[in-house]
Amino acid sequence: MNNWKMLTLVGEDRPGIVAKVTEALYRNGWNLGEASMIRLGANFSIMMMVTGEGDAEQILAPVASELKLHLHVDKITGGLHQHRVPNIQVRVLGADRAGIVAQVAGALLNVGFNILELESDVAGSSDKPVYIMNIEGYTDAALEQVENAVSTLGDIDVAVSPIETLIG
Amino acid sequence: MALLEILKVPDERLKQASDPVEVFDDALRSFIDDLEETRLAGPGAVGIAAPQVGRFQRIVIVDVSNTRKPVPNHGYMVLVNPEITHWEGYEMGREGCLSVPDYTGNVIRATHLEVKAQDPRGKILEFKMEGFEARALQHEMDHLEGMLFVDRVVSRRTDLFRRKVYLKGRKAIGSA
Ligand SMILES: [Zn+2]
Repeated sequence: MNNWKMLTLVGEDRPGIVAKVTEALYRNGWNLGEASMIRLGANFSIMMMVTGEGDAEQILAPVASELKLHLHVDKITGGLHQHRVPNIQVRVLGADRAGIVAQVAGALLNVGFNILELESDVAGSSDKPVYIMNIEGYTDAALEQVENAVSTLGDIDVAVSPIETLIG
Repeated sequence: MALLEILKVPDERLKQASDPVEVFDDALRSFIDDLEETRLAGPGAVGIAAPQVGRFQRIVIVDVSNTRKPVPNHGYMVLVNPEITHWEGYEMGREGCLSVPDYTGNVIRATHLEVKAQDPRGKILEFKMEGFEARALQHEMDHLEGMLFVDRVVSRRTDLFRRKVYLKGRKAIGSA
């Protein structure tokens, strides 16, 4: 099972998408690897590593069209067991304005910080929106270097903390 | 001394609860030495519990004195028949397990504990512990109940500030 494909499905959210998509894959003898589904706004998106015989696009076409989902199938090289464990967490909070993510990500890149997970959300009210972002990543740079890199971003609060993963 | 074999998921024995230790003899202490040797042979483990090597007795080892950034700790601890008598606070943190290779996830644990246990000779011990050390102990004590951290993993998105608001006012998290 090293012939992995990345399947991406995007569309308007509605109940039953995961059940119908995975049922179609299962019925045709396909297996799932890692998967991540997320709902953003009122939109559904999922990425799934899948492996099997035949044409995944053909197998899923009827379901995708029934549920009005955009479907992408890409051949990928990476397989399972490629996890990287983050060692630094960066939390961002500020009045919503253009460029927050670009500035934070740029500052992090300068200290060799590789973003492994990123989630952001807009909280507050519609007249006073607040941007909240949570980043986890890995860098060999010291914590202080990362702190310095993001300390010049002015109007936004950026908190940097180490992630110590407990193995036991 | 000998390296012991670590049980790995989906081994059903990892779900088995462990029995209290009643006899504090040389055999027990020799087992504890082997357990510690096994912990040290693993990939940076800060703790290990007897049932992880197939011995279903209430024995755990915790040692968080070697983290990247120093944390409050009591050094190397062997806790026999441990009991949490008081817990407070909660915090999310990332965990992995010698029995669950190649997987890590976020778990909510109490931040401050008071613990009663016995040492390898049966002497009563009492500790107060916090933070990473308290987390390690809760992880290991879960093993004594046949519970794995994967049973407690919460979604990554849970960590966005909301969770704290939502949980405010609750005193105890977890069943350790
Ligand atoms: Zn464990």
